Amino acid sequence: MSEDQLSRVFSALADPTRRDIVARLAVGDATVGQLALPYGVSIQAVSKHLRVLEDAGLVSHSRDAQRRPRHLEAEVFDLMTKWIEKYRQQAEDRFRRLDALLEEMDEPKNPADQRPSAEDQEGAAS
Amino acid sequence: MTSSTTSGTRETLIEADPALPVIRITRDFDASPDRVFRAWTDPDLVARWLGPRNSEIRIDGWDARTGGSYRYASVRDGEEVAAFYGSFHEIRPTERLVQTFTWEGMPDGVSLDTMTFEDLGNRRTRVIGVSVVDSLESRDAIMASGMDVGVNEGYEKLDELLANG
Repeated sequence: MSEDQLSRVFSALADPTRRDIVARLAVGDATVGQLALPYGVSIQAVSKHLRVLEDAGLVSHSRDAQRRPRHLEAEVFDLMTKWIEKYRQQAEDRFRRLDALLEEMDEPKNPADQRPSAEDQEGAAS
Repeated sequence: MTSSTTSGTRETLIEADPALPVIRITRDFDASPDRVFRAWTDPDLVARWLGPRNSEIRIDGWDARTGGSYRYASVRDGEEVAAFYGSFHEIRPTERLVQTFTWEGMPDGVSLDTMTFEDLGNRRTRVIGVSVVDSLESRDAIMASGMDVGVNEGYEKLDELLANG
């Protein structure tokens, strides 16, 4: 279920206008009107974007309405960063094992020991 | 882990564009492209590094030729934890490896993985892996799959946050 939630966060950020809104809210809270200003779009259009961000849990607002400043939930952001970092660490773990393996696969010291490499064999097979 | 010859510049870089269903992984290795490529395509070698920690990789099939296919399973305490399969779309020795990848737990999902092996000289190789899937949702699921405690904790925390919010 929460996987859906995470997907919502990602797809909410898939839109450049919404990324921009998030960037502006990172600086400080802002009202819908303030957010709409630089885009030359209607308040309704910005509201729509905000709703997507709110559904994803990225943006919050106090009860009631247009005038209330919107607030960026920085913690949700941090969580995503952490989540990608976890993925990176897993890859790094794998690659460290590969590092060790590559070190073991020392290049033959004596050229006479050199056997055809995998690519040569594949080349011959085709 | 041997680190005596490790230079400080080797670090896995992950890029997950919020707007595209793509994951890009970049990593440098202290070995020639020939060796790195072999470690990526020889099943005996692959089995020694590919799996997650605390589990073994059992290779059920591995035909590393253009048009070939593969299947392998992650095994923990003699039990199959997850299985993966795909096709080798292109094997271009020491340079490029293109394959499809499906986790059997999500049979409709398939990612197209392109690995590029870049010769940096001095027996160093940069591997750039680009995985493309059909939607942002699939991408996120892939990043979440194989995740253990850490991510579940993350989800729980996210749930909490959202519940409070």
